Amino acid sequence: MTTARTAPQHRGTPARMGFFTDTSVCIGCKACEVACKEWNGIPEDGYLLTGMSYDNTAELGASTWRHVAFVEQPARQATDLGMPAMGPPAEPTDQSGEIRWLMSSDVCKHCTHAACLDVCPTGALFRTEFETVVVQPDVCNGCGYCVPACPYGVIDVRPGDGRAFKCTLCYDRLKAGETPACAQACPTESIQFGELSELRKRADLRLTELHEKGLDVARLYGRDPDDGVGGDGAFFLLLDEPEVYGLPPDPVVTTRDLGSIWKHVGAAAAAVVGMGVASFLGRRR
Amino acid sequence: MSPRGEPTVVPEPEFRSYYGRPILKQPTWKTPDVPLYLFLGGLAGCSAVLAEGASLTGRPELERVARLAAAGGAAAGTVALVHDLGRPERFLNMLRVIKPTSPLSVGSFVLASFSGLAGAAAASQVTGLLPRLGRLAGAGAAALGPTLATYTAALVADTAVPAWHEAHRELPFVFGGSGAEAAGGLAMMLTPLDQAGPARRMALAGAAIEIVAAEAILRRGLVTEPYRLGRPGRLMNAARAATAVASAATVLAGGRSRLLSALAGATYVAASVATRFGIFEAGLESARDPKYTVVPQRERGRAAAAR
Repeated sequence: MTTARTAPQHRGTPARMGFFTDTSVCIGCKACEVACKEWNGIPEDGYLLTGMSYDNTAELGASTWRHVAFVEQPARQATDLGMPAMGPPAEPTDQSGEIRWLMSSDVCKHCTHAACLDVCPTGALFRTEFETVVVQPDVCNGCGYCVPACPYGVIDVRPGDGRAFKCTLCYDRLKAGETPACAQACPTESIQFGELSELRKRADLRLTELHEKGLDVARLYGRDPDDGVGGDGAFFLLLDEPEVYGLPPDPVVTTRDLGSIWKHVGAAAAAVVGMGVASFLGRRR
Repeated sequence: MSPRGEPTVVPEPEFRSYYGRPILKQPTWKTPDVPLYLFLGGLAGCSAVLAEGASLTGRPELERVARLAAAGGAAAGTVALVHDLGRPERFLNMLRVIKPTSPLSVGSFVLASFSGLAGAAAASQVTGLLPRLGRLAGAGAAALGPTLATYTAALVADTAVPAWHEAHRELPFVFGGSGAEAAGGLAMMLTPLDQAGPARRMALAGAAIEIVAAEAILRRGLVTEPYRLGRPGRLMNAARAATAVASAATVLAGGRSRLLSALAGATYVAASVATRFGIFEAGLESARDPKYTVVPQRERGRAAAAR
């Protein structure tokens, strides 16, 4: 069984919409987190101090649909990212004790091949006309199957409510022709919203620009339509390996192996039949 | 030695992470609801097969015990599944659509049909009413039983949880074998010796398949390490030892001593429970530690680059 499928392109269907999050210009202001909570009316989920740099949000979850990660590293190279700066340009440092700060606003990836959607038994999760992935809260019965299915650890069940929640890519705003709240609030255009094909072109240009400036560590994540999830509707420009930001390095949609899974279940079921038959053959007792 | 005191199987691999936090979400499935359901589904499905065989070969005591086990296991399993839902009152939404891509959707239809048929067969058996329809229902339950006993492996394997997903080839056989072991074991406990022969043979065959398939999982390297370590490792080891002891007792004295047969049967049932809890908890552990997500994905990337 294959899960590969491309949504049928009807005339008048809107283009696939998505996010390109360029973490090289993220300043860690968390305006996206706040705007998301406000617009979507998401309840608070604790005021925990984590001790992880400036990140007290900790992770995406049922009540956190944007999460800004803060990574502190020994500085290895200083590169002009084209950001406004004060003071003299930083010298390339090695053992100077200076740190490099990586900030990245994480979000649901709205996968082309979305495991959460594939495994949802009620049909509560569905693909919208913008090819985003959304939960219908009036259908979800809180079975929780989507939670371990997601290769990014995005979707979760909200304690006390019992249903699963995640980013809707502001489905209500998209239907009204508006920009999602996080992208609207982002002051540096680190979060860019638009047609996915256009965002991919823009990301390629930005990557070339950074590579030309010598920032070889820059890379796109989730940009490739041939990756294990068929490419992400929300993809990123990162300045280090994905796992440093808490992202899986090579995620694969679990249902890619579903054919093999059902085949082995079928063989094992046949083995149970065989055991049953064999148990009654021969001896009378 | 690891911090937990068990010998480590492979050297701790180097990997980077975000403050050591998990990448995957912990499954929100509750303990004991879900591991118990995995056990009950196996018990019920294989008991239905046993009941049909007993009916066809004229073993009324074995048939009665197995029919009740099939119906009781399915009913209790359904209760456990509904209780596990975040919104139990919406359990009927499970039957709202049929999705082959969702083992839980397929399984809900299998479980609903099986429960109805096994329940009808058991009711007819106990009351003596509508014997022909009861027989027909029993045959239907036996036809669905093997699927009910093994689809639960697809349920856990069709996730991003490394220890479950990477074992997707072996888990259906572990589950089918463990279910046969449980059904055979329960029937050994409750059936007179002269009718329990098929139950003993089913338990022995199930035990053999389960042990071989579980051993094959352990050979899959780092991702299946959680099956060996900590609490899940202890559960899996206890299950394997109990299965071996019960099998030895069954072979040596299963057909002669009612007491030993019943004790061996109870040990089989306990081993099947331990296996399900061990597999469930190994999955939780593999989702908790980012090592099991990052390292295999990195290795896969390197292997792909080398090709």
